[in-house]
Amino acid sequence: MIDYEPVIGMEVHAELLTESKMFCKCKVDFGGAPNSRVCPVCLGLPGSLPVANEKAVEYVVRAALALNCTISEESLFHRKNYFYPDMAKNYQISQYDFPIGSNGWIDITVDGDTRRIRIRRVHLEEDTGKLIHAGGNESLVDYNRSGLPLMEVVTEADIHSAEEAREYLVRLRAILTYLGVNDGKMEEGSLRCEPNISIRQKGTAKLGTKTELKNLNSFRAVFSGVQYETERQTNVLNEGGKVIQETRRWDDANNRTASMRVKELEQEYRYFPDPDLVALHFTTDYIERQRSILPELPDEKKTRLMEKWGLPAYDAEIITDSRAMADFFEETVEHCPDAKTVSNWIMGDLAKLLNAAGLDISDCKVKPVDFARMLTLIQEGTISGKIAKGVFDDMFETGKAPDAIVKSGGMTQISDEHEILGVIDRVLGENSEAVAKIAAGDMKPMGFLVGQIMRHTQGRANPEVVNRLLKKRVAEPAN
Amino acid sequence: MELFQLTAHELHKKLKSREISALELTQSVLGRISSVDGQVRSFVTVTNEIALETARAVDKQIAGGGDVSPLAGIPIAIKDNMCTNGVRTTCSSKMLENFIPPYSATVVEKLAEAGAIMVGKTNLDEFAMGSSTENSALFVTHNPWNLDKVPGGSSGGSAAAVAADEAVLALGSDTGGSIRQPAAFCGVVGMKPTYGRVSRYGLVAFASSLDQIGPITKDVTDTAILLGAISGKDSMDSTSVDIPVPDYTAALKNDVRGMKIGIPKEFFAQGVRPEISEAVMKAVEALKALGADYKEVSMPIMEYTLPTYYILAPSEASSNLARYDGVRYGHRSKHSSDVMSMFMKTRDEGFGAEVKQRIMIGTYALSAGYYDAYYLKAQKVRTLVRQAYDEAFEEFDVLISPTAPSVAFGIGEKANDPLEMKLADVCTIPVNMAGIPAMSMTCGFYDGLPIGMQIMGKPFGEETMLQVAYTYEQNTDHHTMKPGL
Ligand SMILES: [Zn+2]
Repeated sequence: MIDYEPVIGMEVHAELLTESKMFCKCKVDFGGAPNSRVCPVCLGLPGSLPVANEKAVEYVVRAALALNCTISEESLFHRKNYFYPDMAKNYQISQYDFPIGSNGWIDITVDGDTRRIRIRRVHLEEDTGKLIHAGGNESLVDYNRSGLPLMEVVTEADIHSAEEAREYLVRLRAILTYLGVNDGKMEEGSLRCEPNISIRQKGTAKLGTKTELKNLNSFRAVFSGVQYETERQTNVLNEGGKVIQETRRWDDANNRTASMRVKELEQEYRYFPDPDLVALHFTTDYIERQRSILPELPDEKKTRLMEKWGLPAYDAEIITDSRAMADFFEETVEHCPDAKTVSNWIMGDLAKLLNAAGLDISDCKVKPVDFARMLTLIQEGTISGKIAKGVFDDMFETGKAPDAIVKSGGMTQISDEHEILGVIDRVLGENSEAVAKIAAGDMKPMGFLVGQIMRHTQGRANPEVVNRLLKKRVAEPAN
Repeated sequence: MELFQLTAHELHKKLKSREISALELTQSVLGRISSVDGQVRSFVTVTNEIALETARAVDKQIAGGGDVSPLAGIPIAIKDNMCTNGVRTTCSSKMLENFIPPYSATVVEKLAEAGAIMVGKTNLDEFAMGSSTENSALFVTHNPWNLDKVPGGSSGGSAAAVAADEAVLALGSDTGGSIRQPAAFCGVVGMKPTYGRVSRYGLVAFASSLDQIGPITKDVTDTAILLGAISGKDSMDSTSVDIPVPDYTAALKNDVRGMKIGIPKEFFAQGVRPEISEAVMKAVEALKALGADYKEVSMPIMEYTLPTYYILAPSEASSNLARYDGVRYGHRSKHSSDVMSMFMKTRDEGFGAEVKQRIMIGTYALSAGYYDAYYLKAQKVRTLVRQAYDEAFEEFDVLISPTAPSVAFGIGEKANDPLEMKLADVCTIPVNMAGIPAMSMTCGFYDGLPIGMQIMGKPFGEETMLQVAYTYEQNTDHHTMKPGL
């Protein structure tokens, strides 16, 4: 068997968070009735003309800078000509040989190793409409999406595993969301990833035939899709077959890829500069101004969190994958400086609840200050760690402050020795068999007795006090 | 004189002094249309009701006091490739025969604001591709001077309407001579402004980097007025230029003393008929007698402009016209079985032969493997054309040439000779390639048909052109001649 490795290049399309579309004044929004956000321009009516959205251009310049790209002095819009019913003009305004940014990179860390993924180009284009199959021989077209500003980020074929593919996307998404140019929502299609994958014999340079993957709308799908495709191609070659150049669709339900269309010919797009648009010119002043307003980016934030709060690299990496998560962390540690506990809770319980609810941290009802307060209550011994989980569930559900929940639910931890002793005596009285065993030297029922005591106090008894007093009581009974 | 025979500036005086009402004037022009358009066939659509309604509103405004803009109450015809909200805009194509735009072109909006009264939409060569208006998929327009002759094209309907007094003013569009050549054939004034001077928003695109909207009028003064009304930067057109719009009527000075006129000899070759050259040179001599100076100049690159144009314009057209697929508006074939066949049959049925030919040429020129040899090379020639003009304008204030190599030819005469037909634009095409302004005005007659003289100016040098044209007009009487309809 020959040892193969995948060679992967990624094309990512990110819808930009501008207020209006790329070449007209229609609003950018989700939902709404089909064709409710359209105008002569994004419908491609005769006589209409595009005018480039300056904000979208600015966003792409910022993204390109954050991806360490060189910004072209002059950048052009080209027409990509092909016929398709979701295309309002039967050409897409895109960029060709003069993209806004080129020659950048992102560093990613997988299993502790940091690798540089080169970015070939970052360009700006318009989105197409959406085809809706109406059944039978009919299709309908919704042009609400037509003309949305779309940024395309293309890497060199520098990615060599499914883990790297996922990590690249995680870091790219982090950068774009930190910049505020994209909402990072893969499920909604506002961040779309299309890897092209080929495999080659390890240690050789010759590239194999590549396939392109579509319909990957989660990180998991990217990982599984790339992994599946790598294995599929390996099997094809090992069985003496040939990989065909084609576009394959990720089938999430069946966890496999399936052929969409075979690329027999190189598609002929007849690119030429769009005569309706003027060239974009970027002065050094403009570029430096954009650079100067870049926010703190994930890598910078990661380093800072490690230095300032002593977070381990692993924690810092995960926490900075999302700007909202990092903001949440930082606000929390302002009030509860035990950074490691904060990150444990964020990566553990909070992440679990968010996942289960399908929410982003930006939608989370828990305020960092309340979160910090809850952690403080644990540290002060007011509530037990176990109780805290219940309190936190409630906070997550309702957004209430922890003190209120603790008070109204009578969840305060019981540390009063007198009160606990009372419970212990009651439990011992009810379980004479267990007491007898212990008296005979068999300490096994101790755990059972602790459990009973906790049950009688609805888990509120301070376990440390329970253990101490119970041991004492068994050794020297009260009467 | 009937009202419909007068110019906009003459009518403005009468409207302002309330000697006449906009309604009377509009009725006069609509009456003229109904009496002669059966012969001339300038109009695809006559907007009777809208015109009368607008006229009443304008009269109310005038009665209410306040400023009366120079175009208030003036009837104007619009070439049927400019979008008019709620009014059919056909491009004289089967493809858009029933297309009613939900918005108006910027120029149409500007005219409405100025109180101008749209009387109708005029015929053109389908999608503005042609030089005789014979390529209209709807019907043929006739030259008012001789109904057996073509009016020129592609703005043949607009030029014929103004010449036949069916409109006081008209708008045309000019991609390779489509305003100037029909203006010459119909004996009226027509101007293609500098590229970017007038917004193209709402002008159905033929070749975006060459198209420009401009005035077609009865005299030079009206051209200055109409140009002023439609010019200016438009936020809806990125290629419109943000240069202040001067008062063009202020440039109407009867004085060419010290003016330097260049006579580019290449524009007098390439099949230009002797009677045309003679008439144009006679006009140049007249300007010399009025104090201008002229000198011959050579611009050898002009030899390549026609073939270059027939690569660039179809290339852009092939892409601009891709949107006509039957999905959203316009013609849709009833005989299709799937999307691809719908596209193909719709386009096969909807487009005429000339349009199809240009789409095919353009598609070919943009294809991989041919792009460098054709499109890119053509762009390089275009740069050289621009440079040649730049050099000439270092020495001269304006350049003068024939507008067309001959007077209007017979209907059907060149229909089977596409090359001969395309040569009709040989003097006008270089201007679009360079993006400079140029205008045509009558400088004589041959065989009872007007001869056009072309005045070319520096980029945004419309004022100088107007001054030369105005001076010539003031000292001659060609513009007072009317066809005997
Ligand atoms: Zn729109």
